[in-house]
Amino acid sequence: MTDTLVDIGLSHDLAVLIAKLVGVFVVATCGLLWTLFGIWLERKVSGRLQDRLGPNRVGPFGLFQTLADTIKILLKEDLVPDGADRWLFNLAPVLSTFSVLLLWVVIPFSAGWIGTDLSIGVLYLLAAGSLGMVATLMAGWGSNNKYALLGAFRAVAQLISYEVPMVLAMLVPVLMTGSMSLQAIVEGQYIAYGLAIPLTVFIFLASSLAEIGRAPFDLLEAESELVAGFHIEYSGMKFGLFYVAEFLHAFTVGVLATVLFLGGWRIPFVSAQDTPALLGFGSLLIKSLLVYLVIMWVRTTLPRVRIDQILEFNWKFLVPLSLANLLVVALLWKIVPDTDQIASVNDALLPTLVLLTANILLIVVTSLILRERGRRERAHIAALYGPVDGAADAAPAGVGD
Amino acid sequence: MTLNEWIFVGLFLMAGWMLPVVPLLLGYWLAPRRPNPVKKQIYECGVQTVGSAWVQFRAQYYVFALVFVAFDVELVFLFPWALAYNKLGLFALFEMAVFILLLVVALVYTWRKGALEWS
Repeated sequence: MTDTLVDIGLSHDLAVLIAKLVGVFVVATCGLLWTLFGIWLERKVSGRLQDRLGPNRVGPFGLFQTLADTIKILLKEDLVPDGADRWLFNLAPVLSTFSVLLLWVVIPFSAGWIGTDLSIGVLYLLAAGSLGMVATLMAGWGSNNKYALLGAFRAVAQLISYEVPMVLAMLVPVLMTGSMSLQAIVEGQYIAYGLAIPLTVFIFLASSLAEIGRAPFDLLEAESELVAGFHIEYSGMKFGLFYVAEFLHAFTVGVLATVLFLGGWRIPFVSAQDTPALLGFGSLLIKSLLVYLVIMWVRTTLPRVRIDQILEFNWKFLVPLSLANLLVVALLWKIVPDTDQIASVNDALLPTLVLLTANILLIVVTSLILRERGRRERAHIAALYGPVDGAADAAPAGVGD
Repeated sequence: MTLNEWIFVGLFLMAGWMLPVVPLLLGYWLAPRRPNPVKKQIYECGVQTVGSAWVQFRAQYYVFALVFVAFDVELVFLFPWALAYNKLGLFALFEMAVFILLLVVALVYTWRKGALEWS
């Protein structure tokens, strides 16, 4: 595209600028249009998972349901509550959607299909992703509503806590590749990292689910406690933007998991150079949808946890586990020879097997510790309140701490 | 061409925020606007609101924020280490292990102190 513009007589710099500007609008518009399809998909799949039909009225299979909803939501009256901070209240939905769109700048969709391949891509993802947190806070504070404020408080506690294990998980592929550029991480995965480090994938997915505030970690908008949480006072298109942001963020997590751990746009057994751009994009899309399916599955099956449980799960389980995980991977990466010059599937085979074994060992050890803790906890409860149902294997009362 | 990498981000920052604004403007033109005092009331499940929502709230959240800050600073140090890990010797691993161990000590301390309990 740059060449064509130069041909018609523009200077090189101007041509680059225009080409990039077009790229900006293509990425941002595609992102927003994708939600039209994606929200339908999410509703249909979670409907089927819960033995319902899902949307099936508007268009074939209810495909135009989201479009109809968009039109409806556009025509809804937009209310600003009394005493709200107008600036924060109106800026929050825009920032919320924008922060997710910002993530798409560095995501490699295929060989060469990338907004810009920043050399500090992973760091950029974290920085841009945190903006969404600010938007949640702005909405909660600006609404002048107690439910919204409670939601925002919870959001702060939860989102900042879960950022720690998420970053620790994202460090592992950076360490293995020796680069923070997402394109380099994808090209470095001769064997998908997910096969070598399943535990890291688990930590990343679990903490990301909390980061995007999705069930079972959707405490910031818990319907049964806070009615709707931080976006309770929003109506019309402003609410719509929050909805779009939430969906898009969840899907983006699927894409990120694919890029970091599942080989991104690479097709198994095909070298990066031989992958046609379009097929690569298809490969990325299929993998991301699979991860997204898992996210939806978790959402529809698991009940919501309490605020104390959610923070304990993070600080007492995920953070120590991800620290141990990082150290184990780092240690093995030094012990296994030639990990710094992997250039083919054969080179990657040995480190993958070693890491996989270590991961399985780590998982076993973790489960043993958890089982011991669970036993003690049950014994403790039994000592306080008498025997609990289903605690037949618990130690006799009074033995636990 | 390092700067060129960032032109796209800069352009996105300048132009990208318009996309969420477009539907907001559409809604502004299309939707009716007939506010009245009852509609504009703060929603509290139909009950009259008492006082402002902007109040001081439990300090528990603040403790978690403090722990987070300590860990987040640590993560900033981990990034360059992970990036250069392939080029560093075995010593880098032990250095980082000591660093992480210090943080684990801090985490254990907060844990024992009961700062991670939600009471």
